[in-house]
Amino acid sequence: MKVIVDLNKCNDHGQCVYSAPEVFSLNGRGELSFRDEAKDLYVSDELDESLRDALEEAADICPMQAIEIEG
Amino acid sequence: MSGVVVVGASLAGLRAADALARSGYSGGVTLIGDEPHQPYNRPPLSKEALLEEQEFDAIRLRSSAKPGAVSLLTGVGAVSADLGRGLLFLSDGRELAFEGLVAATGLRPRALGIPKPSGGVVVLRTYEDLLRLRAELAGVRDVAIIGAGFIGCELAASLTQLGYRVSVIAPEDVPMLRPLGEELGGALMRHHLQAGVGFGLSRLPVAVEGGERPERVVCNDGSSFDAQLVIEAVGSSANVEWLEGNGLDLSDGVLCDERLRFGGDGRFLAAGDVARFPNLAFDSIPRRVEHWEMAVDTGRYAGKALGRLLTSGEESPAFTPMPAFWSDQFELRIQSFGMPGLVTDPGQIRVLEGDLDGEVVVGYHREDTLVGVVLVGFPQNHMKYRTAVSESLAAGVAPA
Ligand SMILES: Cc1cc2nc3c(=O)[nH]c(=O)nc-3n(C[C@H](O)[C@H](O)[C@H](O)COP(=O)(O)OP(=O)(O)OC[C@H]3O[C@@H](n4cnc5c(N)ncnc54)[C@H](O)[C@@H]3O)c2cc1C
Ligand code: SF4
Repeated sequence: MKVIVDLNKCNDHGQCVYSAPEVFSLNGRGELSFRDEAKDLYVSDELDESLRDALEEAADICPMQAIEIEG
Repeated sequence: MSGVVVVGASLAGLRAADALARSGYSGGVTLIGDEPHQPYNRPPLSKEALLEEQEFDAIRLRSSAKPGAVSLLTGVGAVSADLGRGLLFLSDGRELAFEGLVAATGLRPRALGIPKPSGGVVVLRTYEDLLRLRAELAGVRDVAIIGAGFIGCELAASLTQLGYRVSVIAPEDVPMLRPLGEELGGALMRHHLQAGVGFGLSRLPVAVEGGERPERVVCNDGSSFDAQLVIEAVGSSANVEWLEGNGLDLSDGVLCDERLRFGGDGRFLAAGDVARFPNLAFDSIPRRVEHWEMAVDTGRYAGKALGRLLTSGEESPAFTPMPAFWSDQFELRIQSFGMPGLVTDPGQIRVLEGDLDGEVVVGYHREDTLVGVVLVGFPQNHMKYRTAVSESLAAGVAPA
């Protein structure tokens, strides 16, 4: 399972951070920290299945619908 | 076979249906909505979708259930329900039997009962409303927005950015008074004024004058505001008529307990803007919460709780979410956590960081408990203040 974030859609709401703090965090400027690693699309490494619930919650709660779960 | 019916195919209904389908419940989930569309997202209607002329695809909500796990019926409404017999009656004449029901029928905007022309006066809740608003804007220079709540203020910002001359007319003396209080409402008003928004506050509109289309809005103090288009953003009423006749309290939405159940039965739950429920993290008073994230949280909770009850007979723990709300106006991101609107005493509303005319964090206290915070800017501090509210609530609130 991977998580994909469309950083052009993402508005740095940070709601994903409360749902899945193991995966999402904000950097010191209050932006989604994946912005430090990727420009348009962030694709995670393979993630542990135990995170699925939390990631689904994050995808549901993202106001910009920027998060997708693959696999 | 009678499965679960979720009535209202918008944010809360979709999240409830998805959660139910994911819960392992196998009795079948039907999501029905009276709009002609697949579920879509409303917040962009007053912001990106208006500013950037986005089309429907940009605001469609994605389902997280497996394809086929939820049957979606659009363009059909629930006309009535018989909870005792487990039957739902649809606008196309069909009857659906159910063993569980989620009410997620949301709100519809109110319109003022004042004289007005037949054209050029609109509201904004649906995608059709947005299309009508866009069409009505053609040839318009001055727009009057009646109502100074969040939606009125977001529209004022977006339309000003699009080059229209906007006046906001409302009875309060600062915008967003009830949720934010006098001082922060006043600071945001100064920001709007600087950006070119006009305000006609502390007065009530008594008529929209004109021929077939508006020419001006006239107020009870004799003042008037030029407008070739008028938007009414004066609040909403809950879509509950379809539940009448079941002995429920439907006076302001669907009255629920702290597990979102209504009618005293765990098989019936409400979610989203229509649900009036007590959040025991704050107190035991049932309230409706018109926040996007609450629609997601209540929807997910209702779907999970119903799935658990119907598959294993188990009840779920009380639902005690942290409310969160955002609004975008000009370049400002306004973010709230908790329930700032509970605090009306100005002495209990204090600046915690920054200052009112720039980035600011405002705290709302009930006795010694921080029950809400509102941040304008300071994105890096969201987590810190959200945590501060939940810790203060946990320390300060005796269970009801
Ligand atoms: C313009 C606008 C901007 C907003 N901006 C923000 C924001 O920035 N931040 C924020 O936190 N919140 C915002 N909100 C609020 C947020 O969109 C709502 O909280 C959310 O839409 C609630 O979802 P819901 O599913 O409970 O209700 P709704 O979205 O109202 O959906 C209810 C659905 O049920 C349908 N329905 C009603 N009666 C029946 C029936 N009898 N049978 C079948 N279907 C029926 C309705 O047609 C509708 O599709 C905004 C709302 C609007 C309108
Ligand atoms: S919730 Fe969505 S918009 Fe917000 S930071 Fe996460 S991905 Fe970005």
